[in-house]
Amino acid sequence: MGSITPDFRFGNFVGSVIQLVLVILSLVTVLILPIIFFTLFFVPLPVVNGQVLTPYLFFSMVVDPARTLPIIKFLIHTDLFRAAVFPGFTFAALVAAATIFIERKLLAKMQLRVGPLYAGKIEGIFQLVADGLKLIAKEIIVPSGADKPIFWLAPLLFVSTSAAVVSLIPVAPGWVVANVNVGLIATFGILGFFPLITLLFSWASNSKYPFIGGLRALHQMVAFEIPFFLSALPVVILSASLNLSDIARSQNIFWNILIMPINAFVFYISSLAELERIPFDLPEAESEIVAGWLTETSGMIFGLIQLGSYLKLYALSALFVILFLGGWYGPQIFPHELIPGASTSNIPLLKIFALDGLYNAVTVNSIFWFMVKTSAVILIMLITRGINPRIRIDILLHTGWYKLIVLTFINLFIVLTLIYSGILGPGGMISPK
Amino acid sequence: MSSLEEKINEAKKLSLQIVKDTEDDRLMTLSVGPQHPGSGHFRFVIKVDGDYIVNVDPDPGYVHRGHEKMCEYRNYFQNLPQLERPALHDSSNILYSYCLAVEDLIGITVPRRGQFIRAIASELDRLVYTEYWLAIYGIFLGHSTMFMWPAGDRELIIDLFERFSGHRVTHCFSIPGGVRNDFPYNFKEKCLTQVNYFEKRLKEYEHIFYNNPLLRQRTEGVGILSKEDAIKLGVTGSVLRASGVPYDIRKVEPYDIYDEIDFNVQYMKTCDSFARAYVPYLDMLESCHIIRQLLDKMPESGDVREKLLGNVKGPPGESYKRVESGRGALGYHIISDGTSRPYRVKMSTPSFRNLMALPFLLVGSKLGDMPPIYWSLNYWPIEADR
Repeated sequence: MGSITPDFRFGNFVGSVIQLVLVILSLVTVLILPIIFFTLFFVPLPVVNGQVLTPYLFFSMVVDPARTLPIIKFLIHTDLFRAAVFPGFTFAALVAAATIFIERKLLAKMQLRVGPLYAGKIEGIFQLVADGLKLIAKEIIVPSGADKPIFWLAPLLFVSTSAAVVSLIPVAPGWVVANVNVGLIATFGILGFFPLITLLFSWASNSKYPFIGGLRALHQMVAFEIPFFLSALPVVILSASLNLSDIARSQNIFWNILIMPINAFVFYISSLAELERIPFDLPEAESEIVAGWLTETSGMIFGLIQLGSYLKLYALSALFVILFLGGWYGPQIFPHELIPGASTSNIPLLKIFALDGLYNAVTVNSIFWFMVKTSAVILIMLITRGINPRIRIDILLHTGWYKLIVLTFINLFIVLTLIYSGILGPGGMISPK
Repeated sequence: MSSLEEKINEAKKLSLQIVKDTEDDRLMTLSVGPQHPGSGHFRFVIKVDGDYIVNVDPDPGYVHRGHEKMCEYRNYFQNLPQLERPALHDSSNILYSYCLAVEDLIGITVPRRGQFIRAIASELDRLVYTEYWLAIYGIFLGHSTMFMWPAGDRELIIDLFERFSGHRVTHCFSIPGGVRNDFPYNFKEKCLTQVNYFEKRLKEYEHIFYNNPLLRQRTEGVGILSKEDAIKLGVTGSVLRASGVPYDIRKVEPYDIYDEIDFNVQYMKTCDSFARAYVPYLDMLESCHIIRQLLDKMPESGDVREKLLGNVKGPPGESYKRVESGRGALGYHIISDGTSRPYRVKMSTPSFRNLMALPFLLVGSKLGDMPPIYWSLNYWPIEADR
C-alpha cells in the first residue's frame, strides 16, 4: 500500500523509537509517579485482605499475580467501576456499537447487499471505528441565529439521559448501578426528558425542518408514553414491587410474557415509537422534512445523538427483558468452578487461572442469559426497519392514543382476575419463593 | 356534480383565502426544492398550515437543457444520443416514438424481425424504468428494502441490454429504420431465463411491499384522482389507468407489431395513491408476458434494419407518432423542411402531463401524504424539463 520514503533508515527509526520511550519513562518517573503518590497520600485508602491499600502495596499487587485477584475483586465492587464500566456506560456503549454494526450487516443481508466490507479485514468490523473517527474529524457547523448554549448542550444531555436510563437496569442479582426502590417509575421519569431535549434542540437550531421534526417528536413521544406506562402496570401489580431487581426476581417460576402477551406487544410497539425507529421515524422522515430534528446536526453532535439513541435502544430492550422475559433467569450452564478443586488446592497458579474468589457461577450465568435475551429483543427491534415503511402522523396518534391504550387494559383485567382469585400474586397458589 | 374547473377554482380560492386570512407566522413556507431529499431535480414551494398543505407552487425547469432546440442543429441520426438523455433509464421508449415519427416522415417500413427486436427492447426498458421508479417510491415511503431489491433486480435486465446492445443504460438501440444490430447468438434462451427469474422476484415484492398493512394504511384513499378529473387534467400512463381508464397506446393505436400481441391493459378503479403505485407493478408482470410472446413469435432470421443514408432527407411535411412509455403516452411531432435536419422537433412528455395533477392532489392533503402522492404520479423531472 504505502511506499517507503527514499531517505528512510531503519537505524534512525529504531533510534527515534528508543528516544521516545526514554522520554516517556523519564517523564513518568520524574513527574507522574510523584503526583500520583502525593495525591494518594491525602486520600483515605480502603482495606483489602486485612491490609491498608497503600500505593506501595498496590504496585506490589499488580506485579505479583497471586495478590492481583483480591484487588480486582475490590475494584469491581466500587461504585465508580459500576457506573463507568460494567453495568454502566462503557458496557452499554459497547453493546450500542455492536448493535449498530449488526444492524448494518443484518439490514444489508435482508436487502441483498453486503454492507460494511472494507474497514477491518473481516466483514468491515472496524467500520464503526472509521465512522467515529470521521465524525470526530468533521467540522461542527452551528447555524447562524441558533441558540448556541442549548445547541451545544442538547446532544450531551441526550447521551447523559440515555446513560441515566442504563444506570437503572440490573443485569444480574446485585449488579446494578443504582438500586432504586422505585426503579420503574424512575426509568419512565427519565424517559420523559427525551421529548423536552428533542424540542429544545430543534428549537435551538433555528430552522424550519428541525422545528417540524421536533414538534412531531413531541407529539409522538407524549402519545406513546401512556400506553408505555400502562403496559408495565400489570407487571407491577403482579410482583408487588417497583424495584426492577425485585420484578426480575419475581419471575423465577414463569415469565410474565406468558400471562400478558398483549402488554408485551404494546410495550414493544411503544418502545419502537420512543426510539424513533422505522415505522415510527416520523421525526426524522427524510422524504418529507429533510432529516427532521437532526437536520442541522453535524460532526460529533450527530455522533453523540446517534450514540444516545442506541444506548436508549439497549436500555429499552433490557427493560423489556426485565419486565416480560424473566430477567436473568435461565438454565445454569456455567460450572460452579472454572477448574474443579481449585479453591481447595494449595497451588497458587491454579487459583489464579480459576479466578478464585472472582468467579461467581450464578452471576456469570445471569449475565449470560440476560444478554442472550436482550440481544434477541434488540434483533426483533432492528428487523422492523427492513420490512416496514414509515407511517403517517395521524395514524400514529390514533394508534397511540386509542388502540394501544385500550389493548393494555385487557391484560390488566386478566391479571387482576388471576390475583383476586388467588392463583397468582404474593401469597397466591403460584407465587415466587 | 361540480365540474373540474369549478373544483380547481374553489380549491384555489380557498387556499388563497387561507393564505390571506391567517397571519404570516401561522403558515410555514417549505421549499421542497432541488436540494431537498424528497423531490428529485424539481422544486415545489408548499405552504403548510399545521400539518395540512394549503398551497402548492410547482416550479419545473431546474434541469432544462433545450433538447428540442438542439434537435434543429443536428441531422436525424445525430439526434438519437441526445434525445435519450431526458429519460436515460427508459431510452428505448423515448427513442421509439422518435424513430416511428422519422420513419413516417421518410416513408419507410422496418423489417419484421427489426420490429420484434425493437418491441422487445421497449418492453425490457419498461421493466428497467419501472424498477427504478419503484425503488424511489419505496425509499420515499421509508421502506429501505423496497429501494434495494428493485435496484438490484434491475441488473438482470441491464445485463440483457449489455449483451445485445453493448451498453448498460444509454444504449441508443432503436434508430430510424430498425435497430442498430441483431440479437447475439443464443440470446433467446438467455432472455427467457432472466425474464422468468425476474418475474419470480416480482412476486416477492407483493409480500414485502404491497401487502404490508402499514403501506396500505398510508396510501389507500390518499390523493384520490377521479376518472373524470383524470381525463380532464390530461394525465396519462399509469396515473390514468389507476383512475379507472383502460387507455394504453399499445392497444388503442397499435404501432409496429403490437396488434399481433395478446395482452391485457392493466387498470384499477380505486383512483388512489396505492392504485397508482400498483398499476406499474401489474404492467411489469404484463411486460414479462409480452416479452415471452414476442420471443416466441419472432422470425428466426431476416434483416433488422432498413439501410438508410447517413444524411437522410425527408420530403417537406410533418409527422406525429406516440408510444406507451414507462410513464405514459410519449409523442414526437417532427416538422421537416426537406433538408437533412428537422425544422422543429416537439416532444410531448408524459411526465409533464402528469405534473398537472400535482397541485390538484396536494392541496388539502397532509404533509406526510406528500411523498406518496408526488412519487405515485410517475413523474420524472428531467424528462418534463427536456
